[in-house]
Amino acid sequence: MSDLTPKPNFSASVQASGGVGSAPVPTTEHGDHLLHDDHDHEHHDQHWLWKYVFSQDHKQIAKQFLITGMFWAILGGTLSSLFRLQLGWPEGSMQWLTPFLGHWIQAGKLNPEFYLALVTMHGTIMVFFVLTAGLSGTFSNFLIPLQVGARDMASGFMNMLSYWFFFISSVIMFSSLFIETGPAAAGWTIYPPLSALPQAIPGSGMGMTLWLVSMVFFIVSQLLGGVNYVTTVINLRTRGMSMSKLPLTIWAFFLTAILGILSFPVLFSAALLLVFDRSFGTSFFLSDIYIAGQALSNQGGSPVLFQHLFWFLGHPEVYIVIMPAMGMVSEVLSTNARKPIFGYRAMIGSLIGISLLSFVVWAHHMFVTGMNPFLGSVFMFLTLIIAVPSGVKVFNWLATLWRGNIRFTAAMLFSIGFVSLFISGGLTGIILGNATLDIQMHNTYFVVAHFHLVMGSSAFFGLFAGVYHWFPKMFGRMMDEKLGYIHFWLTFAGVYLVFMPMHYVGIAGFPRRYYAWTGFDAFSQFADMNKFISIAAIIAFLGQFIFIFNFFYSIFRGRRATQNPWNSTTLEWTTPIEPGHGNWPGEIPAVYRWPYDYSKPGSDVDFIPQNVPLSQTQSSNLPYEQEMAD
Amino acid sequence: MAQSTTLQSPAAAATHDAPRTGNWDGGNEPFKASYGKLMMWFFLLSDAFTFAAFLTTYGMIRHKHEVFTGEAKDFVFSTRWWPIPDHVFNAFPGMGEANVPLGFVALMTMILILSSVTMVLAVEAGHRMDKKDVQKWLLWTILFGSTFLLSQAWEWSHFIHGHAEPTIMADGTKLFGANLAMNQYGPVLFADLFFFITGFHGTHVFSGVCLLVWCFIATTNGTFEKRGHYEMIEKIGLYWHFVDLVWVFVFTFFYLV
Repeated sequence: MSDLTPKPNFSASVQASGGVGSAPVPTTEHGDHLLHDDHDHEHHDQHWLWKYVFSQDHKQIAKQFLITGMFWAILGGTLSSLFRLQLGWPEGSMQWLTPFLGHWIQAGKLNPEFYLALVTMHGTIMVFFVLTAGLSGTFSNFLIPLQVGARDMASGFMNMLSYWFFFISSVIMFSSLFIETGPAAAGWTIYPPLSALPQAIPGSGMGMTLWLVSMVFFIVSQLLGGVNYVTTVINLRTRGMSMSKLPLTIWAFFLTAILGILSFPVLFSAALLLVFDRSFGTSFFLSDIYIAGQALSNQGGSPVLFQHLFWFLGHPEVYIVIMPAMGMVSEVLSTNARKPIFGYRAMIGSLIGISLLSFVVWAHHMFVTGMNPFLGSVFMFLTLIIAVPSGVKVFNWLATLWRGNIRFTAAMLFSIGFVSLFISGGLTGIILGNATLDIQMHNTYFVVAHFHLVMGSSAFFGLFAGVYHWFPKMFGRMMDEKLGYIHFWLTFAGVYLVFMPMHYVGIAGFPRRYYAWTGFDAFSQFADMNKFISIAAIIAFLGQFIFIFNFFYSIFRGRRATQNPWNSTTLEWTTPIEPGHGNWPGEIPAVYRWPYDYSKPGSDVDFIPQNVPLSQTQSSNLPYEQEMAD
Repeated sequence: MAQSTTLQSPAAAATHDAPRTGNWDGGNEPFKASYGKLMMWFFLLSDAFTFAAFLTTYGMIRHKHEVFTGEAKDFVFSTRWWPIPDHVFNAFPGMGEANVPLGFVALMTMILILSSVTMVLAVEAGHRMDKKDVQKWLLWTILFGSTFLLSQAWEWSHFIHGHAEPTIMADGTKLFGANLAMNQYGPVLFADLFFFITGFHGTHVFSGVCLLVWCFIATTNGTFEKRGHYEMIEKIGLYWHFVDLVWVFVFTFFYLV
């Protein structure tokens, strides 16, 4: 057996086997998956409507999710800028916004009801539409088939439905912004009785109804997407791609999808019960209410029950948001540190641990509801255990960077930024997870700062890292790195400048969801701090337009990508630069090794793709690998 | 990276050292189930959580209400305590005011369980590619399913119209039957939960019957025969059994305890 030839070009070898564009219609290894066979033969000259709009191709659907998510992110950011204006300059005139906000500006002041609507919609949009649908919708769709070696998702049709249900949900939620009584205003957690009684506030009328209807469509979309992701990972892995050879991205998407499948239905139940309370006179969440001089007949229900149901979704939801980001960051860090991910199995184990724990900690959002203190301490105990798998992940990321041959690409910067934000935000989680401390911190800006760092901004950083890293695979071109650096530093500095001071005002007791605080002497001393936060937030938000420009400019004018621009080991880089429907023109590559063979001792190149057989890497094989190769 | 000699192509190498082919090593179906069947399982898992949330709601709300502590024979309907099911569900169609505690619902449950049996037989006939038998057992399943739905309609209608004897409220008004805002049997949430949960389950049965009718049509016009397998019936069957299983829980919570 001969040794490796010096400086081999793996990507070229793959091209040689596949033959870009010249290959015949692919045949699939999974003969019994009708879908793949059917598709590839028929639709080569598709009408643009089926190719770009009602596409069943996972890559196209991923782009649809991404673009829709970006639209929502801009809108969500705009809303936050509006309420930051109010918080930074509570006495200032907002007359100039009248052309945009119409009757929500009265006598130069922002309507207080509308302020509540703004924070509600900001939360709803960011958590569900951007960081759930926009993040895992984009990357689960895009990366799962490419990285496990499949032609497409298990069911392309259901995948398409998943996007269009999301689209309908988006249209409904968007339209609720324009109705006369305004959108939902009971906070993104929509606690009854406020959300259940249309007479309580204008935002609990039509706006709340549309919110609930929109979320029902959203949940259906999540379910359709989720079962697809899970079954694709289970059934459609290519030959050799065992679960312990899966890239960590796929493990993260897989577990995220399971979390979604198990937690969203409970939100569905809560939403349906709430619909009945609102529209059909039931009393599930209502009891003993006296409103507008009138006693309601509803008896026996429990608003705390709603909180239990909501947070049974709500807590796994934050992991639905953060885990895909964790997966992508692991991948980007390893690739750009040119080192195997440290503790691959520990990384999988900690993802599984986080997934399991995420279902048994929900009541830590409810320490002040009057729950039994014993129950509180159980939830506190379980909550603090999450610090263990989270710590494992953080140390593994740091150990991956340690003495790496680091390339500071834009994606890498955002990944390192992610680790930084996750640590900073995670530490305050330990404080908030303590039932006794939480009584002091509850509903202050400390909480706002905590979750914006640990799940909001971190997940956004993961999203950015993913876009910068996989952009060449999506559009066949590179994003501009210089603009990427500017974008990173503006965002990174911006996030810390916004949320660090917020911790400070939060500890001092500054409450969230207050329209104005000028009537409280205790909080007036934070006027400057609030102004500072607002300015930082608005600048950081404006900085995102650099990314938007970079994104759209690069789609058309970016530098052309090579087949494997980051010298990465995973399967998506073995496809043609712009993969067509079916992903690989020839046979799907088989997999022989784990996805992190970076800088392997004995190898002449610092990466060995997963599809290179062990027999071709004699010089770098470990003893047990050599045994398998012989 | 400099272009240089390329490696042997992976396709050729595959013959030399083939990737591992264990159950979970990729390129196969680790659960020996098609993606469609897996999807149905995961959907059912999800749906189970929906029902679990409703039944948890039931448990929590019922726990909040008072329990009647006296002798069962002294029980009277009151908004103060949760009713004893034997007193609520004691009517039987065509038997007027006869007292048959849980008789009708037992029959309904029996019918639904029977429909599960015929469903299994339809799936089994599908494995044998026996079109005639598939049609026969599907029809029986549809019949039992529809009968269950009609029985539930009767049960609801009786529940809504109420017993011959009204409940006298605190302010002296006589109350018959139930709606979502009040009822003669007990606290308002008793009827709310009854309508909501049995209604949600009934909607599932209704969807199931619709799916079975569609399966029957597809069997009759030979769609499945052309496909070479009756897997669709197996998938719908999974759903049908799940809905039956949920009924066992609903039955236990509303009628037995």
